[in-house]
Amino acid sequence: MYLYHGRILLINLTTQEVKVEELSPSLLKGYLGGVGLATRLLYQYSPPRSDALSPDNPLIFASSALAGTIIPTSNKHAVATKSPLTGLIGDSISSSFWSLALKRTGFDALVIKGIAESPTYLFIDNDIVHFKRAEHLWGKGSPETERCIRSDIGDNRVKVASIGPGGENLVRYACITNDSNRQAGRTGTGAVMGSKKLKAIALRGTRPITVNNLDEVERISIDLIHKAEGPATEKYRVLGTPGNVLVLNRLSALPTRNFQQSSFEKAESVSGENLAEHYLTKVMACATCPVACGHIYTVAEGAYSGTQWELDYESLFALGPLCGVDHIPSIIKAAELCDYYGIDTISTGGCVAWAMECFEKGLLSREDTEDIDLTFGNHAALLEVIQKIGDRSGIGNLLAEGVSIASSKLGRNSEHWAMHSKGLEFPGYDPRAMKTSALGFAVGLRGACHNRSPAYEIDMSGEVDRFKGELGRGSKVVEKEDFAAVLDSLIICKFIRRCFGDFYSEAANLYTQATGMDLTPSELTAAGERINNIKKAFNIRQGWKPGDDWLPPRLFSDPITDGEGKGTVITEEELRLMIDDYYKARGWTAEGLIPEEKLRALEIEVSIAPVKGLEYGTQVYNL
Amino acid sequence: MERKYITCNPELCTGCGICEMVCSAEKEGVYCSELSRIHLVYVDEKTAMSIACRFCENTPCISACPREALEMDEVSNVIRVNKMRCSGCGWCIEACDFGAIVLNRSTKSVVLCDLCEGRSQPKCVELCPKQAIKVSTLEIEAQSARDKVAKTLL
Repeated sequence: MYLYHGRILLINLTTQEVKVEELSPSLLKGYLGGVGLATRLLYQYSPPRSDALSPDNPLIFASSALAGTIIPTSNKHAVATKSPLTGLIGDSISSSFWSLALKRTGFDALVIKGIAESPTYLFIDNDIVHFKRAEHLWGKGSPETERCIRSDIGDNRVKVASIGPGGENLVRYACITNDSNRQAGRTGTGAVMGSKKLKAIALRGTRPITVNNLDEVERISIDLIHKAEGPATEKYRVLGTPGNVLVLNRLSALPTRNFQQSSFEKAESVSGENLAEHYLTKVMACATCPVACGHIYTVAEGAYSGTQWELDYESLFALGPLCGVDHIPSIIKAAELCDYYGIDTISTGGCVAWAMECFEKGLLSREDTEDIDLTFGNHAALLEVIQKIGDRSGIGNLLAEGVSIASSKLGRNSEHWAMHSKGLEFPGYDPRAMKTSALGFAVGLRGACHNRSPAYEIDMSGEVDRFKGELGRGSKVVEKEDFAAVLDSLIICKFIRRCFGDFYSEAANLYTQATGMDLTPSELTAAGERINNIKKAFNIRQGWKPGDDWLPPRLFSDPITDGEGKGTVITEEELRLMIDDYYKARGWTAEGLIPEEKLRALEIEVSIAPVKGLEYGTQVYNL
Repeated sequence: MERKYITCNPELCTGCGICEMVCSAEKEGVYCSELSRIHLVYVDEKTAMSIACRFCENTPCISACPREALEMDEVSNVIRVNKMRCSGCGWCIEACDFGAIVLNRSTKSVVLCDLCEGRSQPKCVELCPKQAIKVSTLEIEAQSARDKVAKTLL
């Protein structure tokens, strides 16, 4: 077995105990790595219905199966924990040199439990774990934390993953940042880290990495690198993901002013094209990525002159059109602020947009906002509120809870425009204009997410009527979800997916050449299904209910206001129809539970301790 | 022959580190940045470049070696390490202004760029996805600087 180490590191912050446990090759092959392995370990090490911010909730970092090598975009890792935002699976991916260092420490995953007595950071120096004091780092943003830790240790090669003040203050959508500006962004993994008083994890991994067949791995990698220099990744290389703004605007799918509109009259000014012409100064890449999608924009004049930060489509949409903001310098500044605090830009934008609507409808007063004029388009207000969220001060304390909790606290019908599924704020695709996506967001295992359920591709492909929900979408969504799970576990970045021809056979071969473990295309396909099923099993064990697979009221009652698809809403009937179709395609029960025979067919291991006495899906636990 | 060396344009470099991976695999058969002959350095989040041996004219590394283990090839200008003589003491590593030399702990001798002698071009140059790395000479670099500055002067 190459590439895998067959062992994980268990760290208890309360007792400062460290233990190494072995992982079997069959388990590694069955869950690949990344999200798959992290979720599998989460299922094993987390108690049912624990509080996400309690010491019992494990915070898990799992290396990509293929990390450590030249395989393009493979240097990634996944984080999994129970999400404080959704109460369900919180899995998130980040990448670059920290991920590479994790592989080179000699562990396939880190499982961290407990709560440190005082602010702490971990320094994992290959086999040796140091618990270090972090009082001097508390309150610092990630880039500064990284510099301080490197200076403390006296080695510039040390790689650091850390939380910012947002994670320390338990903002429910705080992220974990590594390599200065790479984030495990969604579902609030940073808040879990903050609850453990764990400021950072510094790694010095220096083990050389060997693969089973170096020549073959290199041949395949070089081929992928060359393909990634061509049309297969052009979109990500040239304009970067901000190129989506005008495309989605034309499709009436650009969520604007908290989904009150589906297109933005000032889309041109926040377009990738405009950014490229007036603000783009550099592109940067993650480790071993030939694409370099990281577009860095610079503000040359005005109040934020000198601000230089990276923006992707999701940050741009959430801090721009979703809040009615078209002032690019402020959007760049807002992204920088979110990254300083270490809070997810999508959820932040979603929360600010929800609050803006509450303010305009009179549910939040100037007294509530401490005199901030929180109207749509007020970019100065956006920046002020981001700081309040990061500090959990004033109105920020409510918004730091995420729109689901915030709207139930505020009440007065504000749930109507709380745009989330299972607590996770929507990404930048309006599901009224993308009904396959609507299904994907409704059933999404971590909530509304375009990465775990890239169903928007089906709507954008032209192969379906995207304004209509119908039978047959269930299996299409399943296929996309399982494909995403495989990519998220191998891990290979979605941005090079088009560099593959027959993905499953090429990726299975690459895996075999790299690890030396024979993997067939059908086994790889089955791994995707297995991973999504164990996620679902985790959700059920944490208290998922059938009614959780649904969408916010606005999407059923407020039609698209103009442009293509004007007048379209999602009907409850069509969503129900698609959800039933999806459960059927998954082989689940009509209530969305996993039958025991399904788990057996997927070879979800019997070693997982049985858990009894739960309301739903008891068959899941009688393995 | 005018001396050739590997240079990297930081304006084009995206900091991906493919050069380090491909170098260590080519030379050592493993993926290991510490054994690469080319080294990626991040200045900040948006600035990176790779550095390899520049085969300096006065070769401070060769002067520093107490065992005469380093030698510059008279034809190619590449610096060769005599593994039998090298003790891995690291004086050459300290003497180098560019951190271009590294110690291979398993062979107990130092390694540095040899421009992938025997290949049509160095592997890092061949595989840099942004063509940020190239083999150049001082004269080529100076000429391109002159061309560039002349355009701004006229």
